[in-house]
Amino acid sequence: MSAPVLPTTDPAPSPAARRDAAEPARRPRGQRGGRRRRTVLTYVLLGILGAFFLFPLVFMFVSSLKPDAQILQDLSSWRAFLPIGDVSLGNYDKIFDRVPVWRFLANSVIVTVVTVVAGLFVNSLAGFALSRLTWRGRGLVLGFVLATLVVPFETIAVPMVYWVSKLPTLGLENGVLVYDFGWLNSYKVQIVPFVANAFSIFLFTQYFSTIPRSIDEAARIDGASWFTIYRRIAMPLSGPAIATVAILSFLAAWNQYLWPLMVVQQEQLRPVMVGMQYFFQLNTAWGEVMAYTSLITIPVLLVFLVFQRQFIASVAASGVKG
Amino acid sequence: MSHTLTRPAVAEAPARPRRSRATRRERGVGLSMVAPAVILLLLFLVVPALLGLGLSFTNARLISPEAPRFVGLDNFVRAFTSDPTFVASVRNTVVFALFIVPFQAGLGLVLAILVNQKIRGATAFRVIFFAPVVTSIVVVSVLWKFLYQKEGLVNAAIDWVTFGAWSGADWLNNPSTALGAIIVLSIWQAVGFHMLIWLSGLQTISEELYEAARMDGAGLWRQFTAVTWPGLRSTRVFVLIQITIAALSLFVQVDVMTQGGPMNSTTTLVYHAVRQGFRNQETGYGSALSLIFFAAVILVTLLQAYLTRNKESER
Amino acid sequence: MIASQNRLTRRTLLGAALAAGVGSAAVGCARAGTTSSSDSDGGRTKITMWTHSAGNEGELAVYKQLIADFNASQEQYEVVQESFPQESYNDAITAAATAGDLPVLLDMDGPVMPNWAWAGYIQPLGLDAKITDSLLTTAVGTWKDEIYSAGYWDAALAIFARRSVLEKNGIRIPTLDEPWPIDEFTSALETLKGAGYDTPLDIGAEDTGEWWPYAYSPMLQSAGGDLLDRDTLLSADGLLNGPEAVTFFTWFQEAFAKGYCSNSGTIGNQEFADDKAALAYTGSWNAKAALDTVGEDLLILPPPDFGTGAKIGGGSWQWGISSAATGAQLEGARAYLEFSFQDKYLVAFSDSQIVIPATDSARQASTYFGADGALVPFAELSASAAVLRPATPAYATISTTFETAAKDIMSGADIQSTLDTAVADIDANISSNDGYGASS
Repeated sequence: MSAPVLPTTDPAPSPAARRDAAEPARRPRGQRGGRRRRTVLTYVLLGILGAFFLFPLVFMFVSSLKPDAQILQDLSSWRAFLPIGDVSLGNYDKIFDRVPVWRFLANSVIVTVVTVVAGLFVNSLAGFALSRLTWRGRGLVLGFVLATLVVPFETIAVPMVYWVSKLPTLGLENGVLVYDFGWLNSYKVQIVPFVANAFSIFLFTQYFSTIPRSIDEAARIDGASWFTIYRRIAMPLSGPAIATVAILSFLAAWNQYLWPLMVVQQEQLRPVMVGMQYFFQLNTAWGEVMAYTSLITIPVLLVFLVFQRQFIASVAASGVKG
Repeated sequence: MSHTLTRPAVAEAPARPRRSRATRRERGVGLSMVAPAVILLLLFLVVPALLGLGLSFTNARLISPEAPRFVGLDNFVRAFTSDPTFVASVRNTVVFALFIVPFQAGLGLVLAILVNQKIRGATAFRVIFFAPVVTSIVVVSVLWKFLYQKEGLVNAAIDWVTFGAWSGADWLNNPSTALGAIIVLSIWQAVGFHMLIWLSGLQTISEELYEAARMDGAGLWRQFTAVTWPGLRSTRVFVLIQITIAALSLFVQVDVMTQGGPMNSTTTLVYHAVRQGFRNQETGYGSALSLIFFAAVILVTLLQAYLTRNKESER
Repeated sequence: MIASQNRLTRRTLLGAALAAGVGSAAVGCARAGTTSSSDSDGGRTKITMWTHSAGNEGELAVYKQLIADFNASQEQYEVVQESFPQESYNDAITAAATAGDLPVLLDMDGPVMPNWAWAGYIQPLGLDAKITDSLLTTAVGTWKDEIYSAGYWDAALAIFARRSVLEKNGIRIPTLDEPWPIDEFTSALETLKGAGYDTPLDIGAEDTGEWWPYAYSPMLQSAGGDLLDRDTLLSADGLLNGPEAVTFFTWFQEAFAKGYCSNSGTIGNQEFADDKAALAYTGSWNAKAALDTVGEDLLILPPPDFGTGAKIGGGSWQWGISSAATGAQLEGARAYLEFSFQDKYLVAFSDSQIVIPATDSARQASTYFGADGALVPFAELSASAAVLRPATPAYATISTTFETAAKDIMSGADIQSTLDTAVADIDANISSNDGYGASS
């Protein structure tokens, strides 16, 4: 709807487009003509859609370079998309005074990486047992897992706070093993409750079931244990499922905000999203909000950029057919 | 529920092994493989949910010097008979889901088909469409609240595109447009993810099938209905369930952008439950609302699974 | 699952056998286990304190100085501060109370105090009366004849205007003794609208939460209505939905319908600074920036009089001591608070946050609110026109109910029925809590 506002994202194949459009709408005469017209149409569609998907983010990045007064002035014109006027990195300078950015980033990285890695293992293992092993009670467990899909976190957050504050925790203190109660103010309270995930289990279950069974039967005859089949056969063939689950759980962990607000009291353990709220004081510092959100979004985009290549590549490499 | 949802998983099961020792071993291995996930789900989902649900039959308050008291079904009666906001929240949740599910799934599929073509720049567009997904929903809501202002960018764009014929609305402050505005931004934010899921489904469909279809003279639409759509069956189940549950759980956008207003036009079940149970400290009532919510979602999921199964058996 | 305050004791698993070997000093047995409660370090008792000011560098700098000074001034206690973002501060406190993990010292927005006192989060302050007597009455929180909270300042709201704009449009400049009656104010808005201001008054409606009752319930009171019957504290009937309330809300609804105000725009005072709004109804905290942009031309004016005189809201952030604190911690908390009410800190807060210092002497010493200060009108308004929000545990509900009702009315809802519903909600909440002990 706002495609023309962003001329740069249009691939601009206009002369060809006009020629193609001028052709009467007959059945394509040959493969080539039809395919070409289709390509042009695809680019036009992609251009429009691309502009729609990009414009709020372009606005965010561009605004992060402007002082508040100018953001508001430019709000209702195309100037909002262009880094013109009073442009500087001043907002980026200022956010480091207000929020311990590096600390929060490090915390988020720790929490996210552990949650994703542990989650991949725990959930794929469960998915494997649910899709490839035959055992009594499997249907029941699967039903249980799927039933937990319907519980949105917000509705159990309050009892959960109470619950984690009562959980025992072990630790070493001066060489003595001690136990204590309460998981508040820790990394584990941000990680452990989110490792098991019904969606991830479901996705792995679905995906593993598309891998031909004959492979494991052959491996079983060769004396491979189930765990070996999981590790050597099922997982290497499941690139797309792993990528999807990794992305899904990465995003969920990185974007946590309600939960850490409730259970992490010490600033030094807070993740990045909580930092957002530091900017909503009596008056909102919009330029700084934009700079901060840009800063915490860029790493995730980069991770995805890296991941998406592997994601696509692994689909091709695994050669899995539906 | 399990049987319907996981038909593809169960369908391929081999003949039962005859030797009972092996079966018992397999059961042991199976159990120990699901154990970590199941224990974690029990600890961090089921226990807190039960704790909460037990409260729905009491008048517990989050903070109160009085001990909670058993009140039977009072909270449920209150929701259905004397809480107009609850009724509005049910209505809004249903409307939201009815719009989001087909539009988001459909647009996601269109995007996936577009970026699945072997054309230059397809990867770049994948990243562009996915960019909103990696942006936190909190950030997105803050950003769009800004864009939706009466004198904001959305209206400026509408004005520009329609050559000034229509200058837009005060989106979030008008009871008849607020929910629509939230629907659009929700699709914008999440559709890239479903594009990826569709894409991974598309890539499991063999190119040979398309070639065979083309040899038979099938056009683009015919190729889609004869090859693509049937090939996406298990992906479809996943996408539909995922979007439906996410849609029914709508919370953050409302919390950040409208707080349920104007005039209850955007309040949702989860938002109402959190607002009553946490912000207004009526723990018992909030828990009852959550219980109603769970029941509704389970019902919808079962219904959906049932409908999906019917379609399968037609084939 | 209700906030149990019992602190669990840390025990050693391997027990006394090892303890004997390692040495009793190393084991630290029977200490309070929760990280934020009562650890004592190097002989000093730790006093944990939470503030709502994460991200507010100015305020944090003053706290940092104050805490460092206190910690250096004696050997017994050590104050340890943790700051939270204001937006989610109350959620964090509620969660901590649920988990039984409240800090010793905590700050709170004035009207929320009775709710926390009733729920047992906080205990009576027990400060030297000399200190609390010296403070502005709106900076002291009293519930059931006990002082539970006290603050270093109060904030104030006013109408910001440019002298030149009012004079050019022939609008009378009101005074505290003679504020604009509401009709005069409305016609001034009409005039300004005619003079080319699209929305002449930035009333702040784009904000959410506590701002709504803080900013607009004083107007309701000026019209003769109120949020609650202040004698019984049991019902809002006849006050929040009486004819006076309808008068105010009718004006409020029309102000938006006629375009005098809007709820677009951004929180803060940018529209006034850019001269897009001729008048702004906002707080002292925005006054320094306005002074910097507008200079001598800036006027700080009382809000309009809806019938019973101009009114503004009173009661800002104040300090309390959690009920978890006992013994040395309690004494330390009191020692810290007594130490903190020195004029130099009150002045520092005032200069950095542009709020009115709570003592006379600090007010005289402050940059903006002393005898020749540029923002004295705020202090005068606060002294003569400030109304506290009703001191009742029901306030948490009253606040959200008022906000929802006022926003619905702003969006065009039927006034009488919306207010009747709001009253029913508030009354139901109070009676379902057996009156919050108001009758006893």
